[in-house]
Parts: sequence; structure tokens; C-alpha cells
Amino acid sequence: MAQAAAEIEPDAPVFRIRGLSKVYCTGDVEVHALRGVDFEARRGEFIVILGPSGSGKSTFLNIIGGLDSATSGEAQFLDHSLTRQNEAGLTRYRRDHVGFIFQFYNLVPSLTARENVQLVTEIARHPMTPEEALALVGLEDRMDHFPAQLSGGEQQRVAIARAIAKRPDVLLCDEPTGALDSKTGIKVLEALTRVNAEIGATTLVITHNAAIREIADRVVNFANGTIVSEQRNAARKLASEVSW
Amino acid sequence: MRALHRKLLRDLMRLWPQALAIALVMAAGVATLILGVGAYDSLSTTRAQYYEANRFADVFATVTRAPKSLKDDIARIDGVSAAETRISKIALADVEGMIEPASVLLTSLPEFGEQVLNRIYLRTGRVPDPEAAGEAVASEGFAAVHGLRPGDTVRVLINGRQREIVLSGTALSPEFIYALGPGDLMPDARRFGILWMPEGALAAAYDLEGAFSSVSLKLVPGNNEARVIEALDGMLERYGGSGAHGRKDQVSHSFLDAELQQLKAMSRVLPPIFLVVAAFLVNMTLSRLIALEREQIGLLKAMGYSSWAVARHYIGFVTLIALLGIVIGLAAGSWLGYGMTKLYAAFFSFPFLVFSRNPAIYVIAAAVTYGAAVLGALKAVSDVAWLSPAVAMSPPAPQRYRKLFSGTIGMPRMVRQSSVIIMRHLTHWPWRTASGILGIAMAVAILVGSLWSFGSIDHMVDVTFFRSDRQDASINFASARPVSALYETRRLPGVLRAEPYRAVAVKLRKGHVERRLSLVGKPPDAELSRVLSGDLQPVALPPDGLVISSAVAEILGLRVGETVEIEVLEGRRQRLLQPVSAIITGYLGLTAYMDLEQMNRMLDEGAMISGTHIAIDESLQAELFTALKATPTANFIALQYVALQKFRETLAQNIVIMVTVYAVLAGIIAFGVVYNFARISLSEQGREMASLRVLGFTRGEVSGLLTGELAVVVIIAQPLGWLIGYSFAWAMAEGFTSELYRVPLVINREVYAYASLVVLAAAMVSGLIVRRRIDRLDMIEVLKTRE
Ligand SMILES: Nc1ncnc2c1ncn2[C@@H]1O[C@H](COP(=O)(O)OP(=O)(O)OP(=O)(O)O)[C@@H](O)[C@H]1O
Ligand SMILES: [Mg+2]
Repeated sequence: MAQAAAEIEPDAPVFRIRGLSKVYCTGDVEVHALRGVDFEARRGEFIVILGPSGSGKSTFLNIIGGLDSATSGEAQFLDHSLTRQNEAGLTRYRRDHVGFIFQFYNLVPSLTARENVQLVTEIARHPMTPEEALALVGLEDRMDHFPAQLSGGEQQRVAIARAIAKRPDVLLCDEPTGALDSKTGIKVLEALTRVNAEIGATTLVITHNAAIREIADRVVNFANGTIVSEQRNAARKLASEVSW
Repeated sequence: MRALHRKLLRDLMRLWPQALAIALVMAAGVATLILGVGAYDSLSTTRAQYYEANRFADVFATVTRAPKSLKDDIARIDGVSAAETRISKIALADVEGMIEPASVLLTSLPEFGEQVLNRIYLRTGRVPDPEAAGEAVASEGFAAVHGLRPGDTVRVLINGRQREIVLSGTALSPEFIYALGPGDLMPDARRFGILWMPEGALAAAYDLEGAFSSVSLKLVPGNNEARVIEALDGMLERYGGSGAHGRKDQVSHSFLDAELQQLKAMSRVLPPIFLVVAAFLVNMTLSRLIALEREQIGLLKAMGYSSWAVARHYIGFVTLIALLGIVIGLAAGSWLGYGMTKLYAAFFSFPFLVFSRNPAIYVIAAAVTYGAAVLGALKAVSDVAWLSPAVAMSPPAPQRYRKLFSGTIGMPRMVRQSSVIIMRHLTHWPWRTASGILGIAMAVAILVGSLWSFGSIDHMVDVTFFRSDRQDASINFASARPVSALYETRRLPGVLRAEPYRAVAVKLRKGHVERRLSLVGKPPDAELSRVLSGDLQPVALPPDGLVISSAVAEILGLRVGETVEIEVLEGRRQRLLQPVSAIITGYLGLTAYMDLEQMNRMLDEGAMISGTHIAIDESLQAELFTALKATPTANFIALQYVALQKFRETLAQNIVIMVTVYAVLAGIIAFGVVYNFARISLSEQGREMASLRVLGFTRGEVSGLLTGELAVVVIIAQPLGWLIGYSFAWAMAEGFTSELYRVPLVINREVYAYASLVVLAAAMVSGLIVRRRIDRLDMIEVLKTRE
């Protein structure tokens, strides 16, 4: 999976997902987290995923991000199958193409903000500097603080800086603004849209915040393990124009 | 520096007390191996070089009187490379400042030229001048205890005549590294020494002009010792030869051998156990420590680090800890080993010391430790690495706690909720709980394995000195005397009771196996020097047959009722057959007893005795000793209380030092393990504890959960530790056993108590440390940084 997205024909879908299912077996209970999801995303698209709690959004994002494996179905990134990829292939995929922002901040507690970003820039192929990435999320003056010294929102922005620093082809965000007030949330969204625009990263954002849908190209609604509806926004709002 | 490296260093700094504790456990394991093996190797190398440099003989024989012309014939025996004849006699000596008589072994130095074999190593002064009558070189130990220096004199009762001997110097000899008086159990330099004198002086005093009483041989390497001994015996028989023997039966050599064998047993049994236990503990601790990093491993993988890169990171982490442990261990081990070797070398009075460092041991110690650490890290990482990063990043599933008391309605009311939580923790991670119990049990076990020998020594002392040989002193005659000598002894001042004994040098043989030993005859109803049965009850010697110790029985493969061949090595040199009538317990030496009357009938030399065991009235002790010093027929007085004291001292030197070092190292291991167990449990449950605190639990209640868990594990571990410790002790006792010592496996209850006490103390201290951390637990920080 060495090729970058740029070498592929411009209009090809970045993700092509067919009949994706995931069943968790916990002892005697089977939980059907995903039931046959079909999905496509084009290069540079900004997609917002909405849906009730437990509808399978995180599961979906984890699988297309190469963090988890599907039970059945097919997921393709460009012309590479994710569902048939082995461990090493998935690792390469995550390292070279994916930027992740988790529901929980997931920073390494023993590293400063800058060093948490460095963790990624050191193994990426065309990264920004950690300083650049942190400046993009407005944390240039907190770079040498440890996670425990940062607020929840600041920790989440470090996580975003870490995700965008590698200039990923896809940016997967699981409730990036969930824990943030609206002003900080907007800063985070601005950072996401900027990266989406500047590096053309296909961006998927899970959120419970319906206001955010307006900045997307497309909105995907999950319920009960499948995509139940989709809307395309005729015009995207700027991040600075939304509020909640 | 890479961010990952920085994480590694910061994690190490954050965990420094734990890292240090783990490193110390490793260090203790490494150090025991290095010091144990190092001390043994150094001492045996030193002995070998000392023997070589001073040409310690291979075969020894004594005769009553043989012409010197025989020497050339002896030297021509096939396989003999050198032969030297000497005169050697034991005599009583009167040393200033000593009320009881001492004994000296008078040994001749060749009239012309240097010694060929058993060369003395002159420490002070010079060799005696053959022209100046009455000069001698004294053994250094004897001279040192009595403060004798060249120019000082000793009065010796030589062949019935008091002679003043002037010391010309002091010396050491490979032949008398251990100078053991005849009939003594333990060497005592105060009461037994060696005087090397010109041959002429001794020959004149003992009427041995042109004759010798002792011969030593050096053999061509790889030669058959048994064949040479047979040939030599054949030549010496008609001169009153009492049977030649090899180094194995040379007193000093066999004693030293037994000591070295004990050291070897200690170095070959205990240190590997330590090393393996330490490795196991390190493995367990590190894998638990890294299991705590589960979420971070998941995160690193989510960011695109490969499993191998993550594994390398944690291997780096344990490598630094291992490096610290190994460096401390190697340094401490070398240092302790060197110190211990020097102590032993001084004790054995080796004139020089070869400190051997076996690089292989260093490599093995480092490799085992490092391997265990890396395996521990790999195990933990791989446990997490096969999880998908999504799963790894969420905390380990606490989903299925067993319902501990389901079905027993009312139970939860009686059992406090906190006990339920503790039991759930313990049963939910059975492997973790089991390895914790096993780890702490191992700590108890190595303590038991280090400390047990004290009980055994006490038992040996009790049996040997208070139940079996209860006499105050033994008087050893220069040669066998008629029974009437017993009545003379009884008339000496202060003698309350006297019992006769007869001792003859014999070879016991069954099939191809034979052993030299001293066959002792005693009256059947002896009160002082008694024979004990297997269950340590005094037994009357049966009117016929031989009573042998279990050691003899094992070596010769003898059972009660079987016949053994006795070759008498003195007097009329009969070869006789006798049945074994009983097998008894004996811890020191190879022993065989007979009824005195039956023995005298068997030897057919009349009613003779070799000496007497006596009980003394202490207030008349001085008078008794004065009388004994003037007794020309006695050549050695063995004092039981001195023997006991020497026995304790010798063992103190040999075992106590080593055991103390091991016990301290075991203590360090015990503490490291318990501390880490408590600390890791705290990390594992930190979040849960913070949540409980948020819910309104008090500090005491929250830390009670953890200390309660620690208490349960530590208590369950104790009996298991005793059991494992018993098996360690058994392995060591087997290793200690030599022909000279049988070490009974007696483990006092105190040993178990001490071991448990150390571990409980470690648990208590660890519990307090953990409690203090819980008291300072920052709820918000814990809840904020994880997740
Ligand atoms: N490791 C797991 N084991 C068992 N079931 C799981 C696991 N992870 C998720 N599930 C279940 O799968 C379903 C989908 O979970 P998922 O996390 O994808 O939901 P979500 O849409 O992200 O919800 P939320 O908005 O609350 O984050 C849920 O019912 C959840 O309980
Ligand atoms: Mg979710």
C-alpha cells in the first residue's frame, strides 16, 4: 500500500465499503454492532456521521481506520482491501495514511504535548513539524506541558495535532468536540476543515452535535448498525459560522 | 532523542522505586551465582596450585620401623615418580600459658638437601640447623596461637624425656592445611601443632638411626593409585606398615575436601535456585508492569507503530532495568566473592590466593537474568499485541466477574462488601493471583533454603556432643596398653569416671569397595561415649558383630546380617569376617564399633586399650592436666568442650558467613517481590480506587482493599513457601553430604518463622508505602489522564 492517494485517478473513491458487518461475541451474548454497511467516500470529502449511542459509529470508524477487523464484508482503501489485510499491512496503512482522533484523548501521559506529536512525526513520511501541527490547533504556547497539566479540550487539541501532523490521506475523528465548549470546539473544527482543505485529507467526523453537520459535504446517519440515510449539503458552512 | 526514547526514560524515572526493586532482585540472583561459584573455584584453584607448588604427595604410609635402604625399592615401583622417607611421631608438649597438655607431630626434614615432597612453606625465620641439636620449625597456626616466635622454646616429651626445642622459624605445609590431632573431631591449632626437625635429631631420640617411620610418594600423572598402594603395602608389611593410603584418606586433604564440597554444594545448589527464582520474579513483575501499559500499546499501534516496534520499546525498557540489575549483581558478586575467598583462604591458611574469575559464570548469570526480563516483556507485549488496537485502547475487560456468592442469599450481608471486592479481584485474575502467590512463596522458600542449616548444625551438636560423646576429655595412648591402664587413669586427680576404648586402623571391604577407618571397641554399657541407634536412643553394643554408621553402610552397600571383611592394619594384620549387627546414625566421619571384649578376642593380643574417655571434676582440672603432662604414655588429650567450640567455630566460618550473605540476598529478593506486587496492584486498580474515592469511600476503606488483597496473597503464600523451602533445603543437605559429614535435614520451626517474618515485614513496609500513595492519590488526575 505504498502509493499515496495523489497517484490515483482523481475521482476514484478513497473508501469503497460493501456489506460490512461486525459481531462481538462476549461470552454467550452476540452483539451485532454493524449489519451490512455500504459506504463510499471520495477524495477530500468532509463527512459527518450522526447516530444514536450504540448505533455502531465507532465500530465503523475503527474498522475503516485499520484498528479493528470486520466479521464479514469488504472494505477498500483506494485499490487495497482492508478486510483482507494482515497485521503488518494494517500497521503500514495506519502509519502512512490514517490520522486518528479518539473519543477519549489517548495521550501518552509521560510525554509532553510536543513529544506526543513527535511520536507520529518521527514515523510519518511527509510530516509537518510538531510545532506547526500544534500551532494549527492553537497550542503553540503549551507545547511543553504534560497531559495531566492540560485541560480536557487542550488534550483533545493535542490529539488532533498528533493526527494531522503526518498530513494523512484520511482523518478519522470520533467525537472530537464531545468534551469541549463551543468556542474551543469551533477551534478544533477549524483545524479539521483547514487540514481537510490544505492537504485534501478525506475527513470523517463522528459527532452527537447536529450543528456540526452544516460544515460537511455529506452527512451519514447511522442507526442500529447500518446507514439509514444520507444528505448532501449543497453549500458548506465555514466552521466559524456554526455555533451551539 | 526520539519521543519513544524519552517516554522510556520518563517511565523509568516515574517507576524508579519499582525499577530499582526489580533491579535489586536481579542483582541478588546474579550476585549469589558469581560469589558462590567464584569462591569455590578460587579456593579449589588455590589449593591445586598450592599442592602443585609444594609437591603435596599422592600416597602416604607409616611403618613401625623400616630401613632407609628400602626407599630405592619403593621409588622403583612402577608409576612412582618420587619418594621420600621421614620419621614422624606424636608427642605431648608443654607450652607456656596452657594448663592442659598440647600435642605436637614431630616430622623430620631431610638431613641433606631440600624436601622432595610435602615441602614446607617458610613464613618466618629459617629451617633448623642440623648441627644445632633441638631446633625446629613450628606450624604457623600453632606458633601464632601461642605467640611463639623464632628463638622461643617449647618443652616436648620426646620418647619419655623432656626436651627443650628452640623454634628457628614458622611454616605452612600443604600436608597440614587442616591440622587435626589424633582422635579429635575438629582441628585446634592451640592443642595440636607440627614441629619439623632435622632427621638426625629425631632418629637419635626414637632409636630410628638408618630407619624411617613414614613414607610419601608422588605418582606419575594418570597412574593407578590402587596398584601402587598394593605394591607399597607388600613391601612395608613386614616392617609394621599400617596400610598405605591416597590423598582421600589423608586427614588434612579429606577435611579440606569436605569443606570445599560444602562450599561447592552451596554454590551449585543455592545460587542457581536464587538465579532462577529471581529470573522468575523479574519475569512475572515485568510482564505485569508492562501489562499495565496495555492502552498505550494499543495507542502506539493505532498510530502506526508495528507490534515489533512496540515490543522493541518495552524490551528497551526492561533492558535498562536488567542492565542496572546485572551491573550491580556482577559488581556485588565479585566484591563479595573476593571478600569471602579471602576469608576462607585465611581460615585455611593458604600461603597465597589465586582468585579465579570464570567468565562463563558471568555470562550465564547475565544471560539468564536478561533472558527472563526480555521474555517477561515479550509475553506482556504479545498478550496485548494480538488484540486489535481498538480493543487494546479500551481498558481490559472487567466484564465477567464471577458472582461469588450467587445463590447464597444473605451471604453478602454477612460478608462486608470490601471483602467481596477483594475476593473478586483475586479470583478474576487467577493467573495473576497464582503467580503472585508463587512469587512470594519463592521468596519465603529461598529464605528457608538459606537459613535451615543452623537447625541442622544444632542438631548435629546436640547428638554428637550431648547424647553420643558425652565425655569431658579423651586420653589417647601413644600405643595400645593393657587394660590396667584404665585403673591408672581412674586414679588420676579429678577423674570421676573413666571408660576404656580400643581403636585400630582397619580397612572394611565388601566386594571391590573398601574404606579405611578406625574400628572402635567400647564396653557395651558405656555411659560417656555412647552409641546411638537410628532414632537417637543409646544402644548397648551387641556381643558379636559390627555396628556401623549409615554412611559406611551406604558406601559399602551393607545391610544388617551381611558379612564384611575386616583387614586389620596394625599388629598381627589379620583378615577377618564379621557380620553387621546394627546400623546407626553418625554425622561425623565414617564410624564402626564393636564390643571391646569381642574386639580384643578378635585381635588376639590380650586385653588392650588405646585410651580412655573420662568425666572430670572441674575443680581439679588443673591438677589433672599437670599429672597428664608428665604421663609418658599419653600422646594426645582431646577435650570435648574444646572440640565443641572448634566444631562451632569451623562451621561458623564455613557455613555461617555464606548463609548470612545468602539470607541477606534472599531478604532483598523477598522485599523486591512483595513491594512490586503491591505497587503493581495499586497501578492496576488505581482508576477503580479513584472512582471509589469519588463515590465517597474513605482513604482507609480504599487502601484496605489493596492491603487486604496483599494480606490474603502473602498469607496463602507462606505454607507453600515452607514446602518449597523444604525441598531446597533437602537438595542442599544432599549436596553437603560427604564421607566426612552427613548433614541431617533438621529444619527448626524458627527457620520457617524467620523466613515468614522477613516476608511479612516486607509486606508490611510495602503495604505502608502503597497506603501512603493511596492517601496522596489525586483522584482527578487519575480519572483525567487515563481514558
Ligand atoms: N469490545 C466490544 N465488545 C462487545 N460489544 C461491543 C464492543 N465494542 C462495542 N460494542 C457494542 O457494539 C455496539 C456499537 O458500539 P459503538 O461503539 O460502535 O457505538 P457508537 O455508535 O460509537 O456509540 P456512542 O455514540 O455511544 O459512542 C454497541 O452496542 C456496543 O455495546
Ligand atoms: Mg462511539
